[in-house]
Amino acid sequence: MDNIVKNKLITLIGLAALFVMPTQAEQQNLTIYTYSSFASDWGPGPKIEAAFEKQCQCDLKFVALDDGVSVLNRLRLEGKNSEADIILGLDDSLMATAKETGLLSEHNIDSSSLKLSKPWNDDTFLPFDYGYFAFIYNSEKLKNPPSSLAELVKRDDLSIIYQDPRTSTPGLGLMLWMKSVYGEQSSEAWKKLAKKTVTVTKGWSEAYSMFLKGESDMVLSYTTSPAYHIIAEGKQQYKAANFSEGHYQQTEVAAMVKNSSNKTLAKAFMQFILSDDFQSQIATGNWMYPVTDITLPTEFKQLTKPVKTISFSSDEIAEKRKTWTREWLTALTD
Amino acid sequence: MKTINRVQLPGLVLAISIFIFVLMAIATLLKYSPSLDLTVIWSDTYYRHITQFSFYQALLSTLLSVLLAIPISHALFRREFFGKKLLLKLFATTLVLPVLVAIFGLLAIYGNSGLLATFFDYFEQPLPFSIYGLNGILLAHVFFNTPFACRLFLQSLQAIPEQQHQIASQLGLKHLNKFRFVEWPAIKGQLAHITGLIFMLCFTSFASVMALGGGPKATTIELAIYQAIKFDFDLATGALLALWQICLCTLLSIFIQKFTSHNELNTQQQGDKNSFKYDSFFSKCWDIAWISAIIIFVVPPLLMVIIAGINSELLSILTDNTFWKALKNSFLIASFASIIAVTSAFFILLTSRQWRLHGFQHRADKVEMFGAIILVTPGIVISTGLFLLLREAGNLSHLSFYIVVAVNAMMALPFVLKSLAQPMLNNAQKYEKLCASLGVFSLNRFYWIEWKALRVTILHALCLSFVLSIGDLSAIALFGSQSFTTLPLYLFQLLGSYQMQAAAVVALVLLILSVLVFVFIEKLFQEKRVIHD
Repeated sequence: MDNIVKNKLITLIGLAALFVMPTQAEQQNLTIYTYSSFASDWGPGPKIEAAFEKQCQCDLKFVALDDGVSVLNRLRLEGKNSEADIILGLDDSLMATAKETGLLSEHNIDSSSLKLSKPWNDDTFLPFDYGYFAFIYNSEKLKNPPSSLAELVKRDDLSIIYQDPRTSTPGLGLMLWMKSVYGEQSSEAWKKLAKKTVTVTKGWSEAYSMFLKGESDMVLSYTTSPAYHIIAEGKQQYKAANFSEGHYQQTEVAAMVKNSSNKTLAKAFMQFILSDDFQSQIATGNWMYPVTDITLPTEFKQLTKPVKTISFSSDEIAEKRKTWTREWLTALTD
Repeated sequence: MKTINRVQLPGLVLAISIFIFVLMAIATLLKYSPSLDLTVIWSDTYYRHITQFSFYQALLSTLLSVLLAIPISHALFRREFFGKKLLLKLFATTLVLPVLVAIFGLLAIYGNSGLLATFFDYFEQPLPFSIYGLNGILLAHVFFNTPFACRLFLQSLQAIPEQQHQIASQLGLKHLNKFRFVEWPAIKGQLAHITGLIFMLCFTSFASVMALGGGPKATTIELAIYQAIKFDFDLATGALLALWQICLCTLLSIFIQKFTSHNELNTQQQGDKNSFKYDSFFSKCWDIAWISAIIIFVVPPLLMVIIAGINSELLSILTDNTFWKALKNSFLIASFASIIAVTSAFFILLTSRQWRLHGFQHRADKVEMFGAIILVTPGIVISTGLFLLLREAGNLSHLSFYIVVAVNAMMALPFVLKSLAQPMLNNAQKYEKLCASLGVFSLNRFYWIEWKALRVTILHALCLSFVLSIGDLSAIALFGSQSFTTLPLYLFQLLGSYQMQAAAVVALVLLILSVLVFVFIEKLFQEKRVIHD
């Protein structure tokens, strides 16, 4: 071979060697898939991570996805090869669907310390907080908030932002809420709602930050969201509209992944969810109600507590979610 | 030459492997769609809507881009001004620029908290339009395609022979008449081809629609495939929609091929100056208006990327691990993809030119067509197929890097084939017999004959595919995750969570990377001129 050619070839091979990727060393860690606001710097994630790492001598890693439904979708996409040890942030309405995947394992944890309105008897999922969906408004800007979902749908002087039911648990909650109020007439109601919808976001964080920037009058969130403004910012103007039809209740849950390589660690974390270290971060970190009888900040007394709560069984949702989502999609495109 | 030459083997194997690669993806899609009944799509209101929307937005985008490009290119043809060269260079970049960078720039101007909104806010008026939805999609598509169309029209205008201008001047043809009889025919020759090309680009556009549309109302088939898989985990629907997209794209490209005759344009050509123009105050104003309009449309978004990119987040992004990981991934993917694309194109063309030399045009066309097969099977479709295939096979996250590289390489391949085909054929025509008589083969042949003559063209192709790959979002969108991001995906995530300052920094880095590559090309061409003088 020609010398020049040879030299050039050697340089080329040398260059190519530069591109060889370094491999990462394996270490004992726990991977939790959750939604972005849980893992964000201002969410409960970092403090919970620090508290758990102190007792486990391990590395806890949150993988932040858009919202609760994305967590489930991501797990289903990755199937048996998922890196997740725990998924945290689905809600009660998705439990049946999630169990059908066969990717989750039972937790075998004594849940007697739970203080929920109904006794908890699910072997796969463990609740970590609960709340009620509500539309939040700025009472300095909006003087006459709607007093029912029907009024919100009917009025045409309002603008709202809500989340996509295909990716977000609040979005899914609104879909179920609409379904329970409107039943067969949901499609027309969605069309009316579409006229005042600024945008449908993928996750809760986007929607809420757009609302705070003033891009809409109301945003779909929780009755507990005003607590954040009262406690963290000292602002009283953000309020949850109390709807006469009742509010849809959401219980957020966590579960262990069957193919997890760190089962012992995962189980330790599931146990940790019911501990005071975890639950104490819920009210003022995730701005939801804790599931144990840990004391709530006094400011939570100011919050609107819905008179009536609505919920569907998770089996019914598993069966009809696709049809209802399609109904929503179709109503929005007409 | 009935037997296959030894030189042709690698190219043939490559072309066939690409074909098998695509077939495998399609076969997986077929396996996943329970019924092959594409009428399901048409009888479903939602899918019918997105199909109609895909056509509707592509049609509007194409019409707007082409109709705007005609007066603009005409004005540019008639006028010489300071910075025209630079403007034309800028025009050349809009189509290869990472889509999200441009979208960031557009958001910085037309977005809800962009420059215009601030201006309206000053008068206590709300912004009269929203960039999200059809508006934004059209805006982005016009931004990418109008400059592209302008350049092509300008080239055909510059190809008008000097004599025609002389005659027009002698006959006293002014403005409208000169346009009608001299300039319009030149534009018309390219019109169908350019329209078809832009329509295809808009029809299969992914990143713009994903970033600016995406609500149920403004969703295209391309995006619906992604949503079916990522949002609904509805693999069957994803597969069915992907097949539907292949059918439509194939039909469209056949239609476009049938109805457009294509005259090769030399993109490097510097045409004649129009030295016989009749000027008037009105036509001056007319031209200035159009040229200003396009400058005001194209330049500010890019300027905003630079201005917004230098902000207080700069340091925190530059010290962020995620950013460096994304940068590394982007760089590796783009490097591998561009090297693979250029090498594959080289071998495929070795095969096809051998056949061309011996007059087997049909065979040569077929081999080259295999290389460009990605044009009818959009990146997202191939990714979807491979995604489903590999999901069963094993660990997705370990393979995803290689798939993204492969898909990006395939997406760059048609462009590389196009730019290398003619020069390589010419080279063979010149030196084939000489090489045979001197016994110059394999590596020596490559170095002394091909590399010496085609170095600039090859490097140009390499840079082009590098820039295309570094800005791509459609392959990474499915495979990306928290632990595997590229710069465009990272930028998309930041935009999605309204972290505008951080997004601005990433957009600037992407812009700088792409521009550096273009500067590199520029340098190469200068060198070429020196050698030839």
